[in-house]
Amino acid sequence: MSRMVVRWKLPMAVFCVLAAVLLLGMGCGTQKVDTSKSVYKIGAVLSLSGPAAPLGQPEQNALKMLESQLNAGAGVDGHKVQFVIEDDQSNPATAATAIAKLINQEGVSAVIGSSSTGATLAMAPVAEKAGVPMVCCAAGTAITKPVQSYIFRTPPTDSMAIDKVIAYLKDNLKISKIAILHDANAFGTGGATELAAKSPSKGITVVANESYGTTDTDMTPQLTKIGQTPAQALVVWGTNPGPALIAKNMQQLAMKIPYVGSHGIANKTFITLAGPAAEGVVFPGGKMLIPTSIPAGTPWRDAVDKFKADYQAQYQKEADTFAGHGWDAGLVITDAMKTAGTDKVKLRSAIEATKGVVGIGGIFTYSPTNHDGLNVSDLTMIKIANQQWTEAK
Amino acid sequence: MNTGDRAQIRLLWGAAAVVVVVVVFTLSFKQSTGLQWILSGLTVGSIYALVAMGFSVIYSSTRVINFAQGEFTMLGGMLMFTLCTRGGLPLWLGFLLTVAIVTVLGAGFERLAIHPLKDQSVITIIIVTIGLAIFIRATAKWIWGTDPVKVASFTGDKPLRFFGASIVPQSLWVFGLTLVAVVMVFLFFNRTLLGKGMRAAADNPDAASLVGISASTSSLVAWSLAAALGAAAGAVIAPINFAAYDAGAMLGLKGFSAAVLGGLGSAPGAVVGGLMLGVLEMITAGFAPSGYKDAVAFLILILVLLVRPQGLLGRPEEVKV
Repeated sequence: MSRMVVRWKLPMAVFCVLAAVLLLGMGCGTQKVDTSKSVYKIGAVLSLSGPAAPLGQPEQNALKMLESQLNAGAGVDGHKVQFVIEDDQSNPATAATAIAKLINQEGVSAVIGSSSTGATLAMAPVAEKAGVPMVCCAAGTAITKPVQSYIFRTPPTDSMAIDKVIAYLKDNLKISKIAILHDANAFGTGGATELAAKSPSKGITVVANESYGTTDTDMTPQLTKIGQTPAQALVVWGTNPGPALIAKNMQQLAMKIPYVGSHGIANKTFITLAGPAAEGVVFPGGKMLIPTSIPAGTPWRDAVDKFKADYQAQYQKEADTFAGHGWDAGLVITDAMKTAGTDKVKLRSAIEATKGVVGIGGIFTYSPTNHDGLNVSDLTMIKIANQQWTEAK
Repeated sequence: MNTGDRAQIRLLWGAAAVVVVVVVFTLSFKQSTGLQWILSGLTVGSIYALVAMGFSVIYSSTRVINFAQGEFTMLGGMLMFTLCTRGGLPLWLGFLLTVAIVTVLGAGFERLAIHPLKDQSVITIIIVTIGLAIFIRATAKWIWGTDPVKVASFTGDKPLRFFGASIVPQSLWVFGLTLVAVVMVFLFFNRTLLGKGMRAAADNPDAASLVGISASTSSLVAWSLAAALGAAAGAVIAPINFAAYDAGAMLGLKGFSAAVLGGLGSAPGAVVGGLMLGVLEMITAGFAPSGYKDAVAFLILILVLLVRPQGLLGRPEEVKV
């Protein structure tokens, strides 16, 4: 026995030394996740099925991409990162159950989600009560108004889109009379109400405020009414397919006033549906949709270009704004974890103290009175020309 | 002709007079604007009428109200998208294939889900049709996803103008299909042996089977016919209102209302009910704040049914004591 040990001792020692040298050498070249450190677990409740699935799916894709990119590098401060993702089926009640499960059973340090305003509002009280930081991907104004201590968001809000539209009407089109045609659902009515409330202070009069049902098939009666008012532009607030029908109906009626849409049509489906009638339509959207609207050479532009290329390579799909919201939510949390670790109170304060973090939707800065992260300047007005998006001047 | 019939005819004339007054009043309102509302109303109304006819066909043969009727219409639109927009087939071939596929599906659903329940009460079967609607919608979502899709217009998108109002050429196709469908359904149920037999089987299945008309065949034919009607409607309206997996629910609701308004079981009633509902909606959207459009249209529906529970052209249920 003892002879065997002796025989193995020397080669073992040589091997150990060699291995140590090799490992050290690698350590000098690239950073690596330290497997002895605990895994940072972050929960995510997203709408992977149901009506909001077109939002939740790209958000999930982006989070998985962020996870693999972080862990291929140094993780967060050497800690491996894991996103535990749950599907809320676009259902607020399911979202509330899912976040409770993530907090109580998975023991996550923070939660991302959800994709829609309804599900997010159902999750918020659970996160507040448990004292777990939550960063959502939904745009509804009510989520951060009033500010709740643990609730943050990454997308531009509906209010920012409205401010952008009003500024465009006033500064670019230089008009003073508009008509509003909005979907009768929560998104359309909320947008129209805020638009009508904010316009007068900017010298814009709302001469008609009409609505349509989400499933309506003909909006010509509303449009003929609007055609008899002195409106110089029509603002349409809704999501597909209504706004596409309105574009077609306007073409049918030969209405020539400019069509300004909401960020609800910031997707290629609108162009497919409306076809030639989409020409000239203008709407607010994230600058990442048109990377050239971000000055070249800036960290933001570089981040967007890399993100779009990586996403395209990994999923064979174009990255949309929702993918950006998901990525940004993961980024804001992991960035705060670098200084705060997994202590939930410290993490909350660190997120609130986030300053100038370069994401995809824009550059994120939070404060005790502002849990929105972005501001109006992160949006741009996009015009449809030759069935393509271009920056509206 | 008994007194009940006279009262009905008086009522119908009264209703017609009200319609004429409303139309004349609307037309006098800034001329082309009123005409535009009526033209839009007729287009939307024809869509409702086509769906309503599907309800009527199944109702008059089996007394079942098929809440999956709107889903047949949805399938018509989605299949047109798959065959023509994606598959590149000529529109006429796509149309025929769409109708054929949905007809076979309708017959299949009848054999698989409705026929085995032939000894159950009508209400049980109606509940099964609700389940069928949910099943078809979920399957459609799985196949086609949630985004609305586009189908090309049959004869271009250049609007036709007259008297200051305008209409898209596809609307004429919708009018045409409605006219052909109502004539065919009416002749089928009133002039052919099979059609008359099917109505008889609905009234008294046992007596009908004694003279060689089977309630089972009757139900199968009715479902196939309703599916074909729904698919044709969906294929023709898809270029106007886009096709989407969830479009069936709204079409079913409006189509059912139109069928009830016109008189369940009557094909001409379905057309009258559909057109009335469509025109009412559009005129209300034009005159009143547009948010009240559905409320006003349905209020009138309720008022009509209070006065005439059997619908405008329906026959009252005769209860023999």
